[in-house]
Amino acid sequence: MALPHDVPTSAQLLEAVRQWLERDVMPAVDARLQFHGRVAMNLLAMVEREIEIGPDQAVEHSQRLSTLGCADDSELAQRIKNGEMDDRLDEVRALVYASVIDKLQVANPKYLEK
Amino acid sequence: MVRTWQSRDVKTTALVDALASDLSGVLGAREVSNLRRLTGGASRETWRFDADGSAFVLQRVRPGTVGGLKQEPSVLLMAAQHGVPVPELVFDGSASTALTEPFMIVRAVEGETIARKIQRDDAFGLARQNFCRDAGAALAKLHSIDIAEVSGLENEDQVVRYRDVLDFLNQPHPTFELVFHWLRAHAPVSQRHTIVHGDFRLGNLMIGPEGIAAVLDWELAHLGDPMEDLGWLCVKAWRFGGAAPVAGLGSYDDLFASYEQHSGIAVDADAVRWWQVLGTLKWGIICISQASTHLSGVMRSHELAAIGRRVCENEYDLFQLLEGEW
Repeated sequence: MALPHDVPTSAQLLEAVRQWLERDVMPAVDARLQFHGRVAMNLLAMVEREIEIGPDQAVEHSQRLSTLGCADDSELAQRIKNGEMDDRLDEVRALVYASVIDKLQVANPKYLEK
Repeated sequence: MVRTWQSRDVKTTALVDALASDLSGVLGAREVSNLRRLTGGASRETWRFDADGSAFVLQRVRPGTVGGLKQEPSVLLMAAQHGVPVPELVFDGSASTALTEPFMIVRAVEGETIARKIQRDDAFGLARQNFCRDAGAALAKLHSIDIAEVSGLENEDQVVRYRDVLDFLNQPHPTFELVFHWLRAHAPVSQRHTIVHGDFRLGNLMIGPEGIAAVLDWELAHLGDPMEDLGWLCVKAWRFGGAAPVAGLGSYDDLFASYEQHSGIAVDADAVRWWQVLGTLKWGIICISQASTHLSGVMRSHELAAIGRRVCENEYDLFQLLEGEW
């Protein structure tokens, strides 16, 4: 819970809206709106996951970037592009792959099960 | 029924009536009826209508689109002459002002374009079995056309093009930089230089009960390495959730065997894989671009916004594809 706010937490608020969409809105609308409703529910669930695991992921990502001597992803992307990482590409790939897994854990964890 | 309606895009009945009247003039038809808008590409409006009892499709350049209809009608004719299944060109309006924007009219082909239905419905069981055979044959025939016969198609270096798009979008994606690096280091020596359809996949293929009834959507046709079309067809996004590598319907072996049978040219699986990697990267960059359409305010949509968070699926696909290949 983020101070000074009361409960529900931001994640709990999103969950409440998502469950309302699922329970009350979806059964009452046509197929086209149901499709857009599902997209909306997925987005809310995504933000719920980001609120829950995002802070730890941000710490881990900062560690990865500092291992590679980059301030942020822009600098990392630029240095790969310029060939400045060519002598340590295996290491770069392993760390970038770890960040892709983290992004998927928030965006669509089911994708990792395939 | 072909593709879904987008009746909400039709602003007024008067506009539709005026278009029907113009079409009647163009075709010299007594009666134009059932004119309705179908979903179309980014740079094309697509309409379906009946004229004197026959069904037609109108493709018209969306106002504001750069480049007009280009060489699409002539490519369509050339493809038909070489046995590629395509809709019959009825009127080439690429240089006409009769409908304000350049257009062409083709005879409607019946069938289904929606991937989910093609992959699941009982009506397409035989079409699914025949898909690799038909796709290999259609592409082999398309790629056999002597490029001296078609003018106006552009050479397009796909790596350079998507490098520019990613730079323009200005979103950092270290995975994509690693993949650009790999693509440059492993570029196949292109053996042939042919017409490339440029978007050959479910969604752009009219599927009938027995297989591919027509290859549609030629607006991205260009000159290049023919293996681009095979690689693009195998990109994971175009499997629409199916497990099989070719459009979620068939195997690499079946596609390559059909292509070899109809072209007499052996398929280099490594070259197809290179194009599949580039195709996967392309799709990822297109996803960034779709999200930016929302973020920039060009079209506010939570669906487009959601696509931005699907880019990491692409990045994951690229790591899977290149495992052991770096």
